Amino acid sequence: MIRARAARWAFWLGLAAITAVLSLNGKEISQALGWTWATRYPQAWQLNLDRQISAALKWLLEEASLGPFRFRDVTRLISALIEAPYTLLRGLVVEGFAWGQGQQAVPILPPMSWLPVILGAGLLGLRLGGARLAVLAAAAFLYLLLFGLWQSAMVTLVSVAIAVPLGVLGGAALGVAAFRLRWVDRALRPVLDLMQTVPVFAYLVPILILFGFGPVAALVATVIYAMPPMVRITTMGLRSVPDEVVEAGRMAGCTARQLLWKVQLPSARRVMMVGVNQVIMLTLNMVIIASMIGAGGLGYDVLTALRKLDVGRGVEAGFGIVVLAIALDRLSQAAAALGPQEPGDRHWLWRNRGLLAWLAVVVASYPLALIFPALAVYPEGWQLSTGGFWGAVVSWINLNLYDQIEAAKVAALTYVLVPVKTFLLGIPWAWGLVLAAAIAGGIGGWRLGLMALAMTGFIVSAGLWPQAMVTVYLCGVSVVIAMLIGVPIGILAGQNDRAHAAVTVVLDTLQTLPSFVYLIPVVMLFRVGDFSAMIAVVLYAVVPAIRYAAMGIRGVDPQLVEAGIVSGCTRGQLMRKVKLPLAMPSILLGLNQTIMLALSMLVITALVGTRDLGQEVYIALTKANAGKGIVAGLAVAFIAIMSDRIITAAIARRTAARESHA
Amino acid sequence: MERPTVLECRNLWKLYGAQAEAVLARHGGAPTPEALREAGIVPAVRQADVTVARGEIFVIMGLSGSGKSTLVRCLSRLIEPTAGEIRFEGRDLLAMSEAELIDLRRHRMGMVFQHFALLPHLTVLENTAFPLEVQGVDRRTRLERAREVIELVGLTGRETRYPHQLSGGQQQRVGIARSLIVEPDLWFLDEPFSALDPLIRREMQDELLRLQARLQKSIVFITHDFDEAIRLADRIAVMRDGAIVQTATPEELVLRPATDYVAAFTRHIPRAKVMRLATAARPLTGADFAGDLPASALVATVADRIEAAGKPFRVIGAAGEVLGQVDARTIVDILLGRDLPA
Repeated sequence: MIRARAARWAFWLGLAAITAVLSLNGKEISQALGWTWATRYPQAWQLNLDRQISAALKWLLEEASLGPFRFRDVTRLISALIEAPYTLLRGLVVEGFAWGQGQQAVPILPPMSWLPVILGAGLLGLRLGGARLAVLAAAAFLYLLLFGLWQSAMVTLVSVAIAVPLGVLGGAALGVAAFRLRWVDRALRPVLDLMQTVPVFAYLVPILILFGFGPVAALVATVIYAMPPMVRITTMGLRSVPDEVVEAGRMAGCTARQLLWKVQLPSARRVMMVGVNQVIMLTLNMVIIASMIGAGGLGYDVLTALRKLDVGRGVEAGFGIVVLAIALDRLSQAAAALGPQEPGDRHWLWRNRGLLAWLAVVVASYPLALIFPALAVYPEGWQLSTGGFWGAVVSWINLNLYDQIEAAKVAALTYVLVPVKTFLLGIPWAWGLVLAAAIAGGIGGWRLGLMALAMTGFIVSAGLWPQAMVTVYLCGVSVVIAMLIGVPIGILAGQNDRAHAAVTVVLDTLQTLPSFVYLIPVVMLFRVGDFSAMIAVVLYAVVPAIRYAAMGIRGVDPQLVEAGIVSGCTRGQLMRKVKLPLAMPSILLGLNQTIMLALSMLVITALVGTRDLGQEVYIALTKANAGKGIVAGLAVAFIAIMSDRIITAAIARRTAARESHA
Repeated sequence: MERPTVLECRNLWKLYGAQAEAVLARHGGAPTPEALREAGIVPAVRQADVTVARGEIFVIMGLSGSGKSTLVRCLSRLIEPTAGEIRFEGRDLLAMSEAELIDLRRHRMGMVFQHFALLPHLTVLENTAFPLEVQGVDRRTRLERAREVIELVGLTGRETRYPHQLSGGQQQRVGIARSLIVEPDLWFLDEPFSALDPLIRREMQDELLRLQARLQKSIVFITHDFDEAIRLADRIAVMRDGAIVQTATPEELVLRPATDYVAAFTRHIPRAKVMRLATAARPLTGADFAGDLPASALVATVADRIEAAGKPFRVIGAAGEVLGQVDARTIVDILLGRDLPA
């Protein structure tokens, strides 16, 4: 037992020592040995996977056929199916309908006035969650109106409205298939894993190639991005229906189809509504990102403001995203919590009086908008702007706190970021392969070691070793900082009910925000670069670190705490010897989630100029190089999958060790 | 009073584990528990024989893990048994196709579940009407029929409530109503009252006896509560480790337990509660009687009358024959648990 532990220590210390030596002196050693290939991966050894993928896509697009149809016809059909409702909705609330083209266009119907939209949000809130939700929803839309974000918000909302039903229905259908057919389940699992770890930009490119530039491609990417949790939650919901309920259905004489539609799906409804909420939030997140590549909308407003260094506008548009996210989140959560309705004896006209009143307002708004043009287009003169204020705030900060901020930035760069970066970049790729395999194998056994070897091998052979190390460095530093900040807060919140309630509200709100929003304040205060990227990643990824630590501490059996107290533990001992060890699996789960979020955010920080894999993906996107984008995207996904598997194995080992002791 | 058999199973096995059927065949269809353990197989039901007569309450009693729930699910074919034979009114249940089985469940069988198993999105009325809904009965007819059954179980006035708005006892009344709406011949009750508070449980047992007096269903009732079994059963099968240890009337179980295991259950049961006058009757000693009593009467229910009379009662069998007499002395002996003189 003790010897085994000593051997383990020797293994890990030795690994660390060799890595340090090779990282600091790798170049000299390889030159002395004549092995220069070991530090700099030779160009000639690169597998040109990216070119092959691009060629395959081209073949798919130009040559491939499914029976009598060419593949291109299929993508065109899908485009048409998505584009029709999109154009219709967009016409309804954004552009209006017109007859003819360009200059000769004769307007038939102007876009819907803002009045019925705000009223509709309020009525929906009233129906789903009562007066408070009604005020919240209406206020969110009012903000968008007052601050001149109406058109962009409507563009964003139309995309959400099209993508959400597709994501929900598609995800539910796949989830049901996976529930009923084992082979579907087995085939879907790895695909879902990959879809949730490959950065979105990576599959944006092939989709752009397949569906052409435009809103349809963005919508397809959005649906693909938002669907996986719905698939998982549907399967989970169906599995969680109690056996007895299913048996009751069978004993009532249900056929297989009746069992699914009348028993299993309705019983899983509550769980599935959680999935709907997730689809909505992920859709919004993706729609914001997609709007930056030319689909328009709120994300585009933010980006242009940032590029013009228009601080106030950027903050306002960012807040626009925030209020829209919060409104959508609360509305869909209220819909999920809504139980079955008390069936009244009243006529359906009376029961749907809210909807009917709203439709009447919609109809009435068109002639009214002709009489009062302010109803059609909210006059610019009435718009509020806090732009000056925010500009003043930022310039005040820059004037008065510039030195402090700069000092902090420089200190972080010189003492943390740059040394870590130099160290990691110094590791020769050849040793990197061994190192990855050794870490994975040492924790999770030889299978995991082989997997890590293969995945690292892929990254190296694609010639992406340096970029991958930059990704690991940025992600690693951010995760460590996020854990250092998050775990103590989580422990505090886990011990104190009031702190827990407060932290939960903040975390819930932070988690609804699209990732892009986090970039706004960071870029304004710290401008672009690694330091800004790190701050944005920390802000985004700290949420699970806090949440899981709090969950772990709260989950400790109160009897064990009492046993500790009776045994005479001081408060500190109670924490160190009872609570923390028991909360450790949960904290590790939080670490896992933090890494996943950090990686996904890192790709977005490519927009503020990092030099990592995310930047590779982003460059591929701007150059429409599908192969390069996919390869770099897979590299990010592999890093995510490796760290996920290693941490999962570590958790499993801890619990296994504990159980074998017991 | 020989009643026709409704449900009958012979040599029923349900084994969990890899290649359970092959293991069963290798041991000639009757492997020992040790042989099964060696093969890594968990026996849920072992060699069970059950016969349920028309109109009887047949109780399967066993502690948790004894296999009683698995057995009742095999009898309703919710679970496919590994081996054995099940006949429902003479028809081979295990040979039936899915369609035949669905038809059978739609018209002939009903089942009540331990945790009620109500559909959360349907009202009391709709839950009750659910079996008719899947049969395709039109809405008006089925809701009308559901109202009748709801009245039968005493839930009138709560038709538009949802399950989560009801107490446990009320939810189980819905479960009972739902299982009764198709007027089943065979009624499975899987620990229907185990999840209820003791007072409500007693009330529901009375309710079941009241319903049964009126409906005369053939009932398979599962419980882990021996007192409940004694109260309700015409006959009881005691299960242990997947096998049926003894099948007998409550009286026989208490007076003549087949094994120590059964005896451990019955020891605390007052004999007066299960013993009938037919067993308590002594040979006639005179000709002066306080009156006649039926042989099927429980000692506990007539003890007060016999004790107050001062004279013995004659015990009369089902065909009118005189079986003997009971007097206050015999009753006191039974109540105190003394051995009866021969």
